[in-house]
Amino acid sequence: MSLRMSAAIVGAAETDTVGVIPDKSALQLHAEAAFNALADAGITKDQVDGVLCAGQSPVAVAEYLGITPHFIDGTGVGGCSFMIHVRHAAAAIQAGLCTTALITHGESGRSRVGMGGWGQSPQLPASQFESPYGVAGAPTRFTIPFLRHMKEYGTTERQLASVAVATRKWAERNPRAMMRDPISVEDVLASRVIAWPFHLLECCLVTDGGGALVVVAADRAKDFPKKPVYVLGTGESSEHSMISMMHDFTESRAFRVSGDLAFAEAKIGRGDIDHAMFYDAFAHTPMYALEALGFVGKGESGPFFEEMRTAPGGDFPLNTNGGGLSYTHTGMYGMFALQESVRQLRGEAAAQLPDVRTSIAHGVGGMFHAAGTIIMTNDPGA
Amino acid sequence: MPRRPLPEPTPETREFWEGAKRHELRIQRCNSCGQAYFFPRPFCPNCSSRDVEWFTASGRAKLHTYVIVERGAPGFQDAVPYSIAIVQLEEGPHMMTNIVGVEQTPEALQVDMPLEVTFEEQNEQITLPFFRPRGAA
Repeated sequence: MSLRMSAAIVGAAETDTVGVIPDKSALQLHAEAAFNALADAGITKDQVDGVLCAGQSPVAVAEYLGITPHFIDGTGVGGCSFMIHVRHAAAAIQAGLCTTALITHGESGRSRVGMGGWGQSPQLPASQFESPYGVAGAPTRFTIPFLRHMKEYGTTERQLASVAVATRKWAERNPRAMMRDPISVEDVLASRVIAWPFHLLECCLVTDGGGALVVVAADRAKDFPKKPVYVLGTGESSEHSMISMMHDFTESRAFRVSGDLAFAEAKIGRGDIDHAMFYDAFAHTPMYALEALGFVGKGESGPFFEEMRTAPGGDFPLNTNGGGLSYTHTGMYGMFALQESVRQLRGEAAAQLPDVRTSIAHGVGGMFHAAGTIIMTNDPGA
Repeated sequence: MPRRPLPEPTPETREFWEGAKRHELRIQRCNSCGQAYFFPRPFCPNCSSRDVEWFTASGRAKLHTYVIVERGAPGFQDAVPYSIAIVQLEEGPHMMTNIVGVEQTPEALQVDMPLEVTFEEQNEQITLPFFRPRGAA
């Protein structure tokens, strides 16, 4: 059983604005994105029978929107949850559990309106074996593996900084991006140290916003107004709940497993990918994705980024919306990576590439905890 | 001194924390496949065998990877800069810790440098293991 070409994204939209939105709760952002995506698909909420989301409960989102679902999925494993939702929606549609799936994301990551608390039980494994050592959220945990990559492969601080520079070049072309001023490697290395070897400009933004997708069976896709984006390959995996338990600090096992699943299902090679979105929570995450997904060999991502091959004009256009580093990062950014893949495949992107036939959106959940991968195409004959 | 959020031991971790009070680094080993492992579980994460035993690790380790925190967690604001490290125990498993007894600089903290465990009592229930350069006592 394969999900290849079984489903299509026929509605895709973000909230009216992304960035700083202090007058809207997280649930409101879910709803705003949902209604925008439904309008994009030319349908109303009454046609939705599948609800998938993370951050908020799908029960709460269905209630808020006034939907009585036949299929609900609250897979909430961090920023890659939405890639996994696309996969689960396609599977549910293929199995006949629902016909029209709505995937929503809304997060008041910056203004923190209507968000849950940070607190967690002191009995959890992470509370027992990590919290006593002064970890302060993602900047001090997600970053820990990278020094091992530097040691094993000679990866340099300049190469890490190059990721932020290449990504900013795309943001310069996107009017919705929060950070659009050109930056150099020297600027990145001169920015404040957050957790050495990471500087401020190598850490993602913290913003408010949301996005939503409408997924239906591929054979219905032509009945909707927008150019369909077909699901070609899908993957998901998880590795650990504590960064200290990562098996190999130079490679994400969850990335590799999820990516391999997606390419095996898509039946295409790495060289067939025209456009890529790799979740960039920190500058090293796209490096780890580039290697684990097999686009370069182990340890080869540093020179790849330093040569600006992912920047405008390069041979591997990556994070063309400006990424979590420069466009927006609400906390669970994966939805925005999917949105940009859809825009590129429809020909609607701010920094539109020519002749995009395939796109890959790869997400990370937590601190290399989980992964989700979706390969998409606009070619109905693929 | 940072105000550290302290753990509440659970049934499967109690031996680790009781050992720490005695300044012993108690971890587990599987009698079926021989693998030593951490964090504590009543079965082997490699082969699922329940034939596992506690033993006292040597306390020798290497610095595997780390960051130096410049913006501290709540309770740690005055402790910056401080390292958060992953060490690899001589027996194999990884642990998170802070490296103590050494300057918190990239020059002083060399990846793969030899370390040894040291214990610091936090209160009557909890003593935390830290690591310091080997032979620096």
